Amino acid sequence: MSTLDIKGLQVSVATEAGFTEILRGVDLTIKSGETHAIMGPNGSGKSTLAYSIAGHPKYTITGGSVTLDGVDVLAMSVDERAKAGLFLAMQYPVEVPGVSVTNFLRTAATAIRGEAPKLRTWVGEVKEAMKSLNMDPNFAERNVNEGFSGGEKKRHEILQLELLKPKFAILDETDSGLDVDALRIVSEGVNRVKGNSDLGIMLITHYTRILRYIRPDFVHVFAAGKIVEEGGPELADKLEEKGYAEYTTA
Amino acid sequence: MSTLTTNYLAPTGREEAWRFTPLARVGGLLDSTVPLESVNSISISNPQNGVKLTVKSAADCPAISSSEDLASIRGREFIREISHIEVSNNVQLELPVLLKRSSLTGKPQASRTLISCGVNSHATIILQNTGEAILSDEFEFEVAQGATLTFVSLQEWGNKTVHLGRQHAIIAKDATFNSIVVTVGGSLVRLLPTVEYSGPGSSADLQGLYFATDGQHLEHRLHVDHNVPNAKSRVNYKGALAGDKAHTVWIGDVYIRSNAEGTDTYELNRNLLLSDGARADSVPNLEIETGEIVGAGHASTTGRFDDEQLFYLSSRGIPAEIARRLVVRGFFAEIVGKIKNEEIENRLMDRIDAELAKVGA
Repeated sequence: MSTLDIKGLQVSVATEAGFTEILRGVDLTIKSGETHAIMGPNGSGKSTLAYSIAGHPKYTITGGSVTLDGVDVLAMSVDERAKAGLFLAMQYPVEVPGVSVTNFLRTAATAIRGEAPKLRTWVGEVKEAMKSLNMDPNFAERNVNEGFSGGEKKRHEILQLELLKPKFAILDETDSGLDVDALRIVSEGVNRVKGNSDLGIMLITHYTRILRYIRPDFVHVFAAGKIVEEGGPELADKLEEKGYAEYTTA
Repeated sequence: MSTLTTNYLAPTGREEAWRFTPLARVGGLLDSTVPLESVNSISISNPQNGVKLTVKSAADCPAISSSEDLASIRGREFIREISHIEVSNNVQLELPVLLKRSSLTGKPQASRTLISCGVNSHATIILQNTGEAILSDEFEFEVAQGATLTFVSLQEWGNKTVHLGRQHAIIAKDATFNSIVVTVGGSLVRLLPTVEYSGPGSSADLQGLYFATDGQHLEHRLHVDHNVPNAKSRVNYKGALAGDKAHTVWIGDVYIRSNAEGTDTYELNRNLLLSDGARADSVPNLEIETGEIVGAGHASTTGRFDDEQLFYLSSRGIPAEIARRLVVRGFFAEIVGKIKNEEIENRLMDRIDAELAKVGA
């Protein structure tokens, strides 16, 4: 049982005009096996929260803390955070020309597991995971995210989730740009990982659509850089009906 | 002692062709008071049927092309014997021909090689430049009608080497010349891969990779002379630089003459700066005398290491050093893969990895 604990997190980003505060004191605790949906309007800081936890250099932490089982995450380098058990499925996965998916996955798995996976079992493992995500086997020979469709990029993110087996996954707008079939496949992938492990999930989304496939235990409404309302799955239904107007005009 | 040329004027550095080159470091190769020793430096390390190397008197084998390059003009004055490699007509060489260097002394020397590929022949020739040298070097290629020659020139020199080289191809009707130039070693390397055509339907594909670290000057000056109709050329050079005073120069001159209707050309140079203190000069030039062409274009980019790529890889647990290595390998993979030789590919990538680690980039 692990705990990801975010307390009073304040984050700024450098702009031409100086530092702009984006997160204004975020408190959130996620335990293993729990799924927390973070919902909010565009520009409310949801992605900043995701990238700050993963350690993107663009963001400066100005206050608060993030701990994983009591260990300071913010003091870790980006790769150390991944090794500690954090995973960020990105909204816009980055193209890495000339680096094949196979090479990338094996290098990542080697880093996370601390030793190179045994080749024979590894090949089977990758094949199986790709098959369940409806991915063409040729996919492994392509360069990381290069020329991938939106759906392929998201499947590739979930493929990594399956293979790297983190303690906590942050899914940043994983549903964006997916058609219904792709959304179902990707969601099934997430649910499968959760079923096979004790994964804790922070599911960041603008729309309630993905919540029909990945059921949240908790819903948090995010506006202007912090959580403004919390509740159970029923809160998502309310958002579906009324939108974010009451949080943005308040 | 060899006769010194009387009409030779050493470059001053103000000439367009020499403005980037650190002339103080050329080790006497361009100094009118320093004679060059003529050397037969080339040998075939894996003889096979269909290809032969003959040492011939330079007087009997004058250069087949005219050169405006002072280094090669001066080299020709001193050359006594040349190496002539001939690929027979209609032969398809199964294995690449491996060329090795020998007899290089580290004193100023000049070497000239002619490679003749017979009608409809098909060959890959790989030249491995290793050791230390101060060398003025010229290769000429005559690619006969319907022939395909792939020439791989690997500059894996030691770190004191000065190499001024010209690699000039004359491509006949329906023939193809593929050049892959890889420069990772040497203190100062200045190479001129140049192409002219002698018949229509001919094609040149010039690929290159260079990786410069601390203090290295690696210069590649390409020239494609579209002097016949319906010929094609592609140029793609990629460079990475890391460490203090690493300097690379890429010049891509493409000249489309008024009679060269139907020309199809594109040239590309991409540079990746891995640390501060390195400098990449990149100058594409396209001169067009006829509008009746299929296409002509060029692009040049010089960029820093992509932080988003690094973040993406690191966020999957990959340490920054390994992530950088992956990205640099990926950047070069397109060119290195064209050599189609795993052993060479691994050797080059290992060298690049090791030098990356040394400069801590």
